[in-house]
Amino acid sequence: MNIIVLMKQVPDTEAPVEIAASKDRLDDEDIKWAINPYDEFALEEALLIKEAGDDVTVTVITVGPDRVSEAIRVAYAMGVDNAIHINDEYDDEAYGAADAYTTAKIIAKVLEDTPHDLIIAGNRAVDDDNYQVPAFIAKQCNLPMIALVTKQTIEGSEITCEQSIDGGTAVVKASLPAIITANKGLNEPRYPAFRAIMKAKKKKVDERELDEIGFDPETLGAAGAKVKIRSLEFPPERAEGKRIEGSSPAEKAAELVKLLREEANVI
Amino acid sequence: MAKDVMIVTEIWNDAFRKISLEALSEGRRLADELGSSLTAVVLGDAVEAHAKTLAEYGADTILMAQDPGLKTFRPCEYENVVAGIIGDQAPGIVIFGATRQGRELSACVAARLNAGLAVECTGFALEEERLVATRFMYGGKVIATVDIDGDIQMASIRPNVFEVTKADGAGKLESVAVDLGEVNVTLIEEKIEMSAKAELTEADYIVSGGRGMESDDFSVLEELADVLGGAVGASRNAVDLGWRPQSDQVGQTGKVVSPKLYIACGISGAMQHVAGMSTSNVIVAINNDPDALIFRAADYCIVDDLFEVVPAITAELKK
Ligand SMILES: Cc1cc2nc3c(=O)[nH]c(=O)nc-3n(C[C@H](O)[C@H](O)[C@H](O)COP(=O)(O)OP(=O)(O)OC[C@H]3O[C@@H](n4cnc5c(N)ncnc54)[C@H](O)[C@@H]3O)c2cc1C
Ligand SMILES: Nc1ncnc2c1ncn2[C@@H]1O[C@H](COP(=O)(O)O)[C@@H](O)[C@H]1O
Repeated sequence: MNIIVLMKQVPDTEAPVEIAASKDRLDDEDIKWAINPYDEFALEEALLIKEAGDDVTVTVITVGPDRVSEAIRVAYAMGVDNAIHINDEYDDEAYGAADAYTTAKIIAKVLEDTPHDLIIAGNRAVDDDNYQVPAFIAKQCNLPMIALVTKQTIEGSEITCEQSIDGGTAVVKASLPAIITANKGLNEPRYPAFRAIMKAKKKKVDERELDEIGFDPETLGAAGAKVKIRSLEFPPERAEGKRIEGSSPAEKAAELVKLLREEANVI
Repeated sequence: MAKDVMIVTEIWNDAFRKISLEALSEGRRLADELGSSLTAVVLGDAVEAHAKTLAEYGADTILMAQDPGLKTFRPCEYENVVAGIIGDQAPGIVIFGATRQGRELSACVAARLNAGLAVECTGFALEEERLVATRFMYGGKVIATVDIDGDIQMASIRPNVFEVTKADGAGKLESVAVDLGEVNVTLIEEKIEMSAKAELTEADYIVSGGRGMESDDFSVLEELADVLGGAVGASRNAVDLGWRPQSDQVGQTGKVVSPKLYIACGISGAMQHVAGMSTSNVIVAINNDPDALIFRAADYCIVDDLFEVVPAITAELKK
């Protein structure tokens, strides 16, 4: 069985971000990067399936610039078999600010000649918070999609999943090939040792340029995006919080309630 | 003439979700500015009694898609029906609520129609009759202004951002013929618990607890949430320790919330948590560590034992 994991590298949540001078993207320079947390669940699930079965191959597909090789090394150290990196390094203006549509278009194209029985993606990428790439891929590749999966079992050519829905859970099934998106609760991702990550440097990455896979870069990135970033800015800074003083918890509580009523007007 | 504005609404627990009314109110504003009309789409088993009420929020036309197969949210069926309606009506702007359902449905419909979709928007403007949206990115660290390409501009809105305002709409009720269409995911079983309490992302007030709660006994938080008419949330630690269900988790790998008031109790304030609540209107933090990071995100800070402060707040509110 061939499992594909869709992995995106995103800014590490704990690190601050800077906006580039062009205003339409982040300044890449000093950002610390990490694998999108939901994609870690996706990776882990693929590896659990591989470990429990015979003849399972796990291939990571990632679209991103040069720096993504770092995330690929982590994926290799976790245990994936292959990695396909579609390099959209944006020295060229046209490559920047891809959206769900252009990203999915690239991945769908790669899937055309990459065998796949199951595709596991994350529920969302925590940078653009789009919740869209898997749905676009499902449509372009005509695959059933099951979102927010917290448990899955594969039997023959069918996958049965438990998924989070409003107010509870649902159990649904679909025929393979299918695409599922991982929710927290699916598993506990493993964290590879530093040594394993270093060793993974030797692994071969199937790196492809956009034109190699048959795309005119002009039709992708910002130029091809349906949702185009015009500008980024920082939200207004919150004023420094007020420390509420008082000689007892009851006094502090009374002061807080007064402020919430009279100053903040929220209750 | 400018094309219509369409709102895809959502019924939950026998009433419209508040976010559907928020979307309608904003849709009315946009339609007025465009000089076009506002259409509401209502899906479900039997929705007429509910659907009628949407005229009060400015709907000119209310399209009802009624079928037993639409009783609860089924992604394929809903996508087929909504894509069909959009195809027939050719609206210029389609807005959803960014709920669990709205996110998946909007993504599937956008993919189907090859339309641009801006997710979880917090503001809209019109420029030459085109929608321009603002939305948060990078866990609330950055606000983006985005253009949406194409004949159909699709967007979803973040809960609790837009005001609900009443307006008079023509309220013409119409039933549409329903074809559930091709379905490639089969439902085997659904376990849904309806609660009278507000869903976390829609709650105006959220009282959240973290590892500082020391056990699964969240009763002090529940009592405060009840007095406020809000909901209880949790940090990832509280969820991972098994104290609270996953559906209560706020943060990067949980829910993103922006209530009027967020009260963080015994939560240290890790960035992954803050990413899920930083856009709340007012934030209160209660923590016995004066250096806790959460105080950097808060408007009001109380350095004290939560087990003493929280019941005191509840008592004060009851006065
Ligand atoms: C990839 C990734 C994703 C993550 N996603 C999320 C997420 O979605 N949501 C999330 O919340 N976290 C998330 N985390 C975890 C996050 O980094 C923190 O570990 C977590 O938020 C800490 O939970 P906590 O504040 O409850 O616990 P702690 O950090 O242990 O903090 C407990 C706090 O309680 C205070 N306290 C103790 N006793 C009392 C008392 N009696 N009265 C008052 N205060 C008291 C302490 O001073 C302390 O500040 C994620 C982490 C990673 C790596
Ligand atoms: N550039 C990318 N490369 C590979 N997978 C991606 C990329 N962008 C998004 N995905 C996948 O799609 C999921 C949802 O992303 P998004 O729609 O951007 O929120 C992610 O969790 C990934 O699994």
